[in-house]
Amino acid sequence: METLLAALVGLLMAAAVYLILSRALVRMLLGIVLLGNAVNLLIFVAGRLTRAIPPIIPAGAKIPVQPFANPLPQALILTAIVIGFAMFAFLVVLAFRAYQEMDADDTEHMRLAELPDQPQPPLEY
Amino acid sequence: MISHITPLADWVVILPVLLCLIGGALLLMLRSAIRAQLWICLGVLVLVLVCDGILFNRVLAGGPLSMTMGKWLPPFGISVTVDVMGAGFALMAAFVTFCVVLAMQAKIPEGPVRDGAYPLILLLLAGVTGSFLTGDLFNLYVWFEVMLIASFGLIILAGNPLQLDGAVKYGVLNFIATTLFLVALGLLYGTLGTLNMADIIGAAKKADPALLTAIAALFALAFGMKAAVFPVNAWLPASYHAPPAAISALFGGLLTKVGVYAFIRVMVMLLPAARDILAPTITTIAIATMILGPLSAIAETNLRRSIGFLLMGGVGIAICCVPNGHLLVIFGGVSYISASMLIIAGLYLAAGVIETLTGTTDTREMGGIYSAKSLISIVFFTLILAVAGIPPFLGFWPKLLLLQGFVTYGNWLLVLSILLNSLLTLIAGTRLWSHIFWKPRAEQLQKAQGMGGTVLIAGTIVLLGLFPSLLLKAASVAATELLDPSSYIIATGLSP
Repeated sequence: METLLAALVGLLMAAAVYLILSRALVRMLLGIVLLGNAVNLLIFVAGRLTRAIPPIIPAGAKIPVQPFANPLPQALILTAIVIGFAMFAFLVVLAFRAYQEMDADDTEHMRLAELPDQPQPPLEY
Repeated sequence: MISHITPLADWVVILPVLLCLIGGALLLMLRSAIRAQLWICLGVLVLVLVCDGILFNRVLAGGPLSMTMGKWLPPFGISVTVDVMGAGFALMAAFVTFCVVLAMQAKIPEGPVRDGAYPLILLLLAGVTGSFLTGDLFNLYVWFEVMLIASFGLIILAGNPLQLDGAVKYGVLNFIATTLFLVALGLLYGTLGTLNMADIIGAAKKADPALLTAIAALFALAFGMKAAVFPVNAWLPASYHAPPAAISALFGGLLTKVGVYAFIRVMVMLLPAARDILAPTITTIAIATMILGPLSAIAETNLRRSIGFLLMGGVGIAICCVPNGHLLVIFGGVSYISASMLIIAGLYLAAGVIETLTGTTDTREMGGIYSAKSLISIVFFTLILAVAGIPPFLGFWPKLLLLQGFVTYGNWLLVLSILLNSLLTLIAGTRLWSHIFWKPRAEQLQKAQGMGGTVLIAGTIVLLGLFPSLLLKAASVAATELLDPSSYIIATGLSP
């Protein structure tokens, strides 16, 4: 099961990298969503899979009965999902504003910060 | 389970971060009280400075301090562990922020204040301070994101097309960098089963070095992207000149340094065995960064883009101490980073003053400032000498230590590269200076704004350059702790 999920993580990563390499901003954003999901799955698999045994401590005991599912990766993923969602929401709005202001979804046409025909610096002092 | 409550005096470990967060929240609620915002912001920053100062003094005198959250014993609870490096960098960061806010107050129009410039600055400082003080890798990731989202807000504050363009590149690439950091974290957790830094040190010694090297390479890529190291640096020159100059100063002084800090923390302290295997790669990218940075600065006509390239050259020098890993070299590297925080922020602030004076960002159209405004020309020249590393200014001592270290260990390639970097930086800087200040000028100069913070930071650089003993003492203790982390591990509550 872990091998299968690891392969799925790899597949998602590859698709994400392919989309992020695109020049269209919307595709890049979709790639970023895929990347985030791939990473969440990766953390989940890294915590090892234990099916149907919740980590609940029985009444009177100090520790849960072995074996139990690792609860930590779930906490990590929950944090990462929340943060990733906030970042993605910001980037979507940013891309929309950039589209409004510059009338471009293509990064080839977004050259305000780095002008394509930079002048030569003065050669003398 | 931890049964005792942390003594009240030890709360200073977490206080700088808490103060920034509370101050940021307070300012957000007071966003219509435009006059009060500045003074509350400065007040909170002074309190943060005092707390950082107390914390720095305590860890310098008595070794690392730690606090673990939520009654969980380490390594299960989230630890905030402060050593001299973290506390020193946090102190520098708070001071730089204070100077930036001072420089900002004169020229920031009402609109951005209402949109939250001051609260975002405090939240950014919370993220930066949190990154320096935390003792848990996942917590470091969370602070990275706090810092990132605050910087997103600051970079697009005015919302003009230039800023939006810069923000798209900054946002996408930095978000990918932190996601790579998360990948490395997940893999490290899967391998070692812990994310507490003190616990990782022990666990990493028993793990498979080949596996750890792959993970360390991912960490290096993620932090290298944050620090703007050569092949993954493209976002920095595309974005750092877009926001107002004071915000550039904040970013240049703090954000890339957090990347360098994390790089050193993980490579030198947590995964030294993997670092040794990656040493040739790190050396190569460090040399490429430190040479290409100032070379690009020479070829640039936009003032703040040019300073961005000088900053990049500095990042190369800061990480070149990692692959060697001897005490003297790490000592030089740590002191270089703290010096560089001040110098780069000062350069950006001075650039802001020059831009308000001349009303342009293009160095070819500037000129004629030398006779009219001698103070800013002296300040800028001092900063140029400091960034190039000319004695007796602050940038000299760290470079001397690094050179001494590399000569001792016979690493002549790095000796040559550092000297070449200093020469190229000096050429780029003096070219900038002569174009900006010495050329004749026809039009009238405008009123200078933001001199206070700039002069304060330049004065501190001169003072620390003349009396470097405290900085160097702290850096030497920090380097010793990095290379022998047993006191760090004991402070966290684990056995080395």
